[in-house]
Amino acid sequence: MTTRVNYEHELNLLNDDIKEMGRLVENSIEQCFIAFEDQDFEKAEDIIKGDRTINDLERSIEARCLSLILRQQPVAGDLRVVSSALKVVTDLERIGDHASDIAELILRIKGEHVYHVVRHIPSMATAAREMVRCSIEAFIKQDLSTAKEIEKQDDVVDELFGKVKVDVVDLLKQSTEHIDQCIDLLMIAKYLERIGDHAVNVCEWTEFAKTGALKNVRIL
Amino acid sequence: MNTNTIKISTSQLNLYYGTNHALKDVNMELYTNKITAFIGPSGCGKSTYLKTLNRMNDLIPGVKIEGEVLLDGENIYDSRVDTTLLRKKIGMVFQQPNPFPMSIYDNVAYGPRIHGIKNKSELDDIVEKSLKGAALWEEVSGRLKKSALGLSGGQQQRLCIARALAVEPEVLLMDEPTSALDPISTLKIEDLMDELKEKYTVAIVTHNMQQATRIADHTAFFLVGEVVEYAPTTELFTAPKDSRTEDYITGRFG
Repeated sequence: MTTRVNYEHELNLLNDDIKEMGRLVENSIEQCFIAFEDQDFEKAEDIIKGDRTINDLERSIEARCLSLILRQQPVAGDLRVVSSALKVVTDLERIGDHASDIAELILRIKGEHVYHVVRHIPSMATAAREMVRCSIEAFIKQDLSTAKEIEKQDDVVDELFGKVKVDVVDLLKQSTEHIDQCIDLLMIAKYLERIGDHAVNVCEWTEFAKTGALKNVRIL
Repeated sequence: MNTNTIKISTSQLNLYYGTNHALKDVNMELYTNKITAFIGPSGCGKSTYLKTLNRMNDLIPGVKIEGEVLLDGENIYDSRVDTTLLRKKIGMVFQQPNPFPMSIYDNVAYGPRIHGIKNKSELDDIVEKSLKGAALWEEVSGRLKKSALGLSGGQQQRLCIARALAVEPEVLLMDEPTSALDPISTLKIEDLMDELKEKYTVAIVTHNMQQATRIADHTAFFLVGEVVEYAPTTELFTAPKDSRTEDYITGRFG
């Protein structure tokens, strides 16, 4: 029998909010690349507007965590879940920001078709989005082995970033006509690389939530 | 800096109240100049354990104690041990403030007088020093001859701490010392405990887990007479190793 009916209820609400925030940021990344592929600029505008919803959700999750700390004074596993949730929302919010940054760049390179030449961006986008999706799922389920797997995935994203750089350099060697666009594409790739890093952070906080250690070192 | 010197060590300590096996194979070390908290549900043995440390359980009929309690390496259950001297070394403060119905001064001077100190100026010094040590001097220095019963609950509890300090103990045992006090008095006692550990070794039984996290260096979790887990407080309250500890401190018992 449990004496924690209210508390469990609030923890479930917290998890639901994080899931929802995860769904929103993941969707933003996905929409970015539909906008990119289809040259759908309205969609890109929507992503930028949608970032406000993500930011609002971050505030509301933070408020929920602070209220849990204030009223329930969590310890042990509860403390780890609540404190890691506070950290994870920051990473999710940054991921949302980067999706919005990418959408802005898509608007800037409007009408140019040079992005097709940078072959590795779509696969980078897919890999980064997958990392985000899995890392949030691992956090919600407190699935340590999945979290560790995803951390390895970051190497793939980093490697693709290296390839994008080579793509861009090759392009510039052929012609200097699209210098601006090339720089913008490189920035898109950099944002994707950062998104992968934030997904890794989410995995690290999963480890903390589950074990009390961060990168195998106890922080308390 | 973080070395732990053992002040009290118990090994294979078992205690029976008649047929009730109240403490089971308790092995634990309390460290010099540290605060150790004992937590656990009612009837888990934490207060019983605390009382074995200065032989307060000896007074209970039908009690049987096996195993060792070493104070600085000496077994306090040795038949040659003088319990009055033992309790001078290991003082105790209880849940309900229990000042004697006499003046503030006489409360504090009571112990030293029993131990043979009669000189007035010497007693004056002890009373002042003890009341200062218990963070009460400034509040009562002008009314030392007034009855201790006129003090507030929080002041009375600090008077009891002063009374315990007056005989210059090495260890202070506290059995839920703040559970009858308001939050401000509680914080005063907690601040005081933090100062006291500079000179003494402190063990405290508390039902208030937040209190344990605030003040204790180490925490032991008791359950049906056993020590389930004993660890540095931050460890025990962030990532306990035993699922029973986790269940208790997160309120899953009940």
